[in-house]
Amino acid sequence: MNKKIMDIDSVEVWDGNMAAAQALRQADVDVVAAYPITPSTPTVENYAGFHANGYVDGEFVMVESEHAAMSACVGAAAAGGRVATATSSQGFALMIEVLYQASGMRLPITLVQVNRALAAPLNVNGDHSDMYLGRDSGWINTCAFSPQEAYDLTLCSFKIGEHLDVRLPVIVNQDGFMTSHTAQNVITLDDETADKFVGPYKQVNAMLDFSKPVTHGVQTEENWHFEHKAKQHAALMASTKVIDEVFAEFEKVSGRKYNRLETYKMEDAEVAIVALGTTYESAQLAADKMRAQGIKAGVVAPRVLRPFPLEELAATLQNVKAIACMDRSAPGGTVGALYNEVCGALFNTPARPVVSNIIYGLGGRDMTIATLCEIYAELDKDAKSGKRNGALQRFVGVRGPELSFYNK
Amino acid sequence: MSNQKEIKNLKSFSTAAERFEGAHVLCPGCAHSIIVREILNATNDNLVVSAATGCLEVCTAIYPHTSWDCSWIHIGFENSSTAVAGAESMYNALRNKGRLPEGYKAPKFVAFGGDGATYDIGFQWLSGCFERGHNMMYVCLDNEVYANTGGQRSSSTPIGASATTSPAGSTSYGEKKNKKDMLSIMAAHGAPYVAQVAPNKWKDMVKKIQTGFETEGPVFINAMSACTTEWKFPIHKTVEASDLAVDSLVFPLYEIINGKELNITYRPKNVVPVRDYLAFQPRFKHLFTPQYEYIIDEWQKRVDAQWDYLQRREEARV
Ligand SMILES: Cc1ncc(C[n+]2csc(CCOP(=O)(O)OP(=O)(O)O)c2C)c(N)n1
Ligand code: SF4
Repeated sequence: MNKKIMDIDSVEVWDGNMAAAQALRQADVDVVAAYPITPSTPTVENYAGFHANGYVDGEFVMVESEHAAMSACVGAAAAGGRVATATSSQGFALMIEVLYQASGMRLPITLVQVNRALAAPLNVNGDHSDMYLGRDSGWINTCAFSPQEAYDLTLCSFKIGEHLDVRLPVIVNQDGFMTSHTAQNVITLDDETADKFVGPYKQVNAMLDFSKPVTHGVQTEENWHFEHKAKQHAALMASTKVIDEVFAEFEKVSGRKYNRLETYKMEDAEVAIVALGTTYESAQLAADKMRAQGIKAGVVAPRVLRPFPLEELAATLQNVKAIACMDRSAPGGTVGALYNEVCGALFNTPARPVVSNIIYGLGGRDMTIATLCEIYAELDKDAKSGKRNGALQRFVGVRGPELSFYNK
Repeated sequence: MSNQKEIKNLKSFSTAAERFEGAHVLCPGCAHSIIVREILNATNDNLVVSAATGCLEVCTAIYPHTSWDCSWIHIGFENSSTAVAGAESMYNALRNKGRLPEGYKAPKFVAFGGDGATYDIGFQWLSGCFERGHNMMYVCLDNEVYANTGGQRSSSTPIGASATTSPAGSTSYGEKKNKKDMLSIMAAHGAPYVAQVAPNKWKDMVKKIQTGFETEGPVFINAMSACTTEWKFPIHKTVEASDLAVDSLVFPLYEIINGKELNITYRPKNVVPVRDYLAFQPRFKHLFTPQYEYIIDEWQKRVDAQWDYLQRREEARV
């Protein structure tokens, strides 16, 4: 190794972009190919700074578009080494074609995704439209709710994706601006511990290994395509075991515990909010307030969106009477994506809680503790009456006439 | 460094192929296979190859078979250039980090794309790779049509050709635009080496490929690739079609070094008229009617002017 060791403290004040960039540095990524887009730009800017100052010794390639960034990542990963990039929103949308190719070729790549609304209207702020757009692309999809988690999960992503039982690319989501640009204390691992945790890259079918020529990205017809896709799905599903193992190992080195499904005060909860991103933390504060008023409130957040923690979710929610699924993305003519997933998990359980779908926070609009308390209060009404009192889908925090749909 | 093959005669050259095997389903008479074989045959070095979506790709890597006895990748239609650029970046990273095994021999990086992939959809990716200066060779298999999807026009399709999306009809002579001048565009990137080649002039081609492999930085090769299916000539006449293209100067063979120095590498002893080239291919047959014959005359004038221009540039050394 020719790179300089960076002097970092055990606690640093980093925003989510810096946290992700530091994780890429410590993971000793071989090739970063990237293209800038708000709000993920500082991830690659920070990384470029590390490169310019000798703190990383891989290749940093500034390509001409996000599609090219992911194309170069695929070529580099197939060549045989550790690869990462970062993007948001329109950039992610432009990458989509290649995301399927990366996962179909079973190439571990880490994508730091700083979530942002999709145009039109053009908006640089955070919502989850881009996250939902990519959730079926065959990538493992994880969600960080704070800069600390962005750092931790980015380190974990390499170990998960590169595991020989998995060999799949991994997205680490974080909320645009709210996480990416909010500086907070981040407890760090020193370079040596991080390096040891992530471990060396293991080459599989590397194009640069000329002792064994390999053909990547073949053509299939109906004679083989189904088998390829079935195996790919099986590997994605089996990654749950590896994710659990990596999280357990990470707890050993850091003391921080991650679960594929995160829960707050769900042991005895009668009403629950299911949310992603920074709303998880806000909902915890709201739940505490409601509990002070005697309402048994809890919060649930999928940490891993793919593979979806369906069984864990069903088990967690089986005694809950009323649930609000919070979708931070325009639903596009149906119920929100998270609502669909949660209902899918609940349908095969004996319990039939009342489930409603809240659309909120589009284009970076705030979700306040007060609004979350109001949502809990409505859930409490539903729980007591055993039926939904309002519409199935409601838009909260939007100006103009009330927007509610389905079973008004 | 040179690990190029010594090319003595056609026989020794043609019997040496081992990295592009015969097991492919390209049409009989397809020039793609001849060109690829000549290129892979020009070196003994290790190769990392990519192919864009198109005839070459879909006919040579059909699971569980592969025609490629070298490292090979296909990602999409537009990004074969960037796939190889990514692999080249990984090679540089591992070399700089000292992670390549002892005695490791540097490979050559080659991307293939059809004219659709090169002139049209993949142009941005190609331009990006050349601007960044990756150490790679990009080869365009220029059959002047989207062959794999059944013969639609590309921006390489020449004026007057009948293609499925620019068909000749009672009120149309077919394609309305002149072929894009890709070589000039790629030379203008400041590429250290760009050249036009044709598989029938195999010695010229191998020499250029070997020069390309010895060049540091991005190299662009535009290879005339006669397509029996879309140009509609008999499958055993691929070389004849290519001979007509270069001997009529419709497809002149030359190279440009460092974006400036131009060398014409083949001068036909007897230049044949453009109409002979056009008459050979039924895709132009409607031009031989009184209504559209003026297109043939204009075409001859344009080819003459282009040849004149190339000769002046060669002389002027600018
Ligand atoms: C993004 C995208 N658009 C369109 C296609 C459909 N398509 C596949 S191959 C092809 C034409 C290929 O033509 P060319 O590059 O000239 O190569 P050839 O088949 O003639 O060798 C097209 C349009 C595709 N695969 N991907
Ligand atoms: S259609 Fe043309 S380019 Fe495609 S395989 Fe057949 S001859 Fe070759």
